[in-house]
Amino acid sequence: MTAPNSASWPDPVLAISDFSVAYRTDGGDVQAVNHVDLTVRTGEVVGLAGESGSGKSTLAYGACRLLRAPALITSGSVRYHGRRVQYPAELTQLQPRELQRLRWREIAIVFQSAMNALNPVLSVRDQFVDVIRAHLQVSTADARDRAATLLDLVSIPRARLRSYPHELSGGMRQRVMIAMALATDPEIVIMDEPTTALDVVVQRDILAQVVELKERLGLSILFITHDISLLLELADRIAVMYAGRLVEVGTAEQIQHEPAHPYTRGLLNSFPSLHGPRRSLTGIPGSPPDLLNPPPGCPFLPRCSYGTPDCERIDVSLAPVGSAVDRSHVTACPFVLPGAARPEPAAVPAGPREES
Amino acid sequence: MSATAPEIESAAAARGPLAMEAVELSKDFSLGRRSTLHAVRAVSLGLYCGAVVALVGESGSGKSTVARMLAGQERPTSGTIRLAGQAVDVSTRRAFRAYKSRVQMVFQDPFSSLNPVHTVRYHLDRPVRLHQGRTSRAEVDTEITALLTQVRLTPPDKFVGKYPHELSGGQRQRVAFARALAARPDVLLADEPVSMLDVSIRLEMLSLLDDLRQRLNLALLYITHDIASARYFADEVLVMYAGQIVERGPAEQVTQHPAHPYTQLLVASAPDPDRFGATLRAGGARTEAPEQSAAVTSATGCPFSIRCPLADDHCRAEDPILQRVSESRAAACWRLDAAAPELLTGRQGGGDTN
Repeated sequence: MTAPNSASWPDPVLAISDFSVAYRTDGGDVQAVNHVDLTVRTGEVVGLAGESGSGKSTLAYGACRLLRAPALITSGSVRYHGRRVQYPAELTQLQPRELQRLRWREIAIVFQSAMNALNPVLSVRDQFVDVIRAHLQVSTADARDRAATLLDLVSIPRARLRSYPHELSGGMRQRVMIAMALATDPEIVIMDEPTTALDVVVQRDILAQVVELKERLGLSILFITHDISLLLELADRIAVMYAGRLVEVGTAEQIQHEPAHPYTRGLLNSFPSLHGPRRSLTGIPGSPPDLLNPPPGCPFLPRCSYGTPDCERIDVSLAPVGSAVDRSHVTACPFVLPGAARPEPAAVPAGPREES
Repeated sequence: MSATAPEIESAAAARGPLAMEAVELSKDFSLGRRSTLHAVRAVSLGLYCGAVVALVGESGSGKSTVARMLAGQERPTSGTIRLAGQAVDVSTRRAFRAYKSRVQMVFQDPFSSLNPVHTVRYHLDRPVRLHQGRTSRAEVDTEITALLTQVRLTPPDKFVGKYPHELSGGQRQRVAFARALAARPDVLLADEPVSMLDVSIRLEMLSLLDDLRQRLNLALLYITHDIASARYFADEVLVMYAGQIVERGPAEQVTQHPAHPYTQLLVASAPDPDRFGATLRAGGARTEAPEQSAAVTSATGCPFSIRCPLADDHCRAEDPILQRVSESRAAACWRLDAAAPELLTGRQGGGDTN
């Protein structure tokens, strides 16, 4: 899906290229993000999927320069080019003052466990006013008006402006956080696991709201989650991250119907489905590698059911799945083609009811 | 309040004898100023040896309160709990400890349920000594090794000396399982045992739990908000809403042909790999949760009626009781004729629908 004006705006809103982040420890560097390329175009929802520790949050925060020592950006560039700014900005080079101008106004973040990110001793309205006045030159009265409009946007009654965070349900707090991220009309919103702590019904409401807001405001969204099933419903494109690297990038359809990387296939096969016949589920046995001493070659090899000895020597940079020129669907695994038959699953299926 | 539970055959009963039973269990919490929260209302359920019963519901539905009452950590306001036919008594410390030897609980968050300043060995050492009465170091060590092997933390020597922070979430949860099993329980209450874990390892943990159930003939209560996992994992599913069981039946039937409008909503909300893309981007109907929890009150009528598209005056006026739909299914809804007509025809036809 493309936003109406994306044709007249050829540049990606956010272009991350060859980006690496390391955590300096006494035992050596932990390569949390390893040579990642990722772009977000105008009006696009890009999903970033991966399990905990895969580096997805580090990637997003690193790109916004929100990380502190011992985290260190070791390579790459992050170019931001919004519709309101004349020239693209190189985030890795900006001075703190320039960054401050860009953050929230242009790039907003809904943090993980945003439910606890609200200040418990300030009313919702005061927190809105703080944010708005910090980034826009407006009077308190105008900021209050804007806060009310923002609550409308996420379908929360205006009376709730006077509430304190503990008086709101989890879903409402989450919605307030989303409204707050939108307070200064940003170009791109990074959402880090915004619905993870919520019930399925509430989660669905919020996602529907996110989609609606995106359509209405022409936002670009980078949506980070460990739950790839959400992304298949929500995202235009999906990037799958494993052990600090992107292992597959494609459109939601490609990822769903023609997953190329064994890890993506494992993720897709980790969900019990509610509809249709009961499938045998395999999940992904084992756990992610230690990034302090990464194994040679493909980091997924120890857990991969397709692994061959060659995998210890391969180049794990992304290569096109189909024809060599079409880079819309790329994977880091050169051995497994989409649709290739899967070897006998090694894991025990969690479909316990077969015996009966 | 609802009348006695309808006589239905639990889908879990085929697996083995009744291990534990809750009859008309209720729990009220006082909120002060004459306001009362009916956290659990007249919940009846049976746990059977070697079977999994899933209790499904959203947060605040009372499912964890049920588990805490079953675990003896919370005293029911009314109702009885029977373990192997005997009414449970946890009034003295000795009785409580004896009870804990037979009924164990696993919590949601392995990050906070283990003590960060103690090793894996410490977490297992104590329950092994307390509940199994083992005293010699060698015996305890053998038992700890056996437990760790049982939860597939192998080789055990590698793990006994570790601290929780040195383990991954999945490994921590395995330690929590091992700790529960150290008491050699008959009943295991698992409160959202996998929801804090990564999706990729959830299945492995569920299959481990299932394996343990089978090998140790455990009666398992699986509490979750994820109805899809209940489909795969449980024999019987009980759906809870605002403190009440609104629907119960065999897992496959409840998830494939939900009768109660709430179950239908839950099923419709679950992300589903088989129909991705269809619903969200098309923009589904909003199903706003009510601001005030329906459980607080004195109000009469079906608690779900505020959100229910089928609700009529009858629903708002009178509490629905759990009615028998088929031999093994029941639902608490006045509008079953509209919500699940095909199930009712089955009933009137005198047979089971499936």
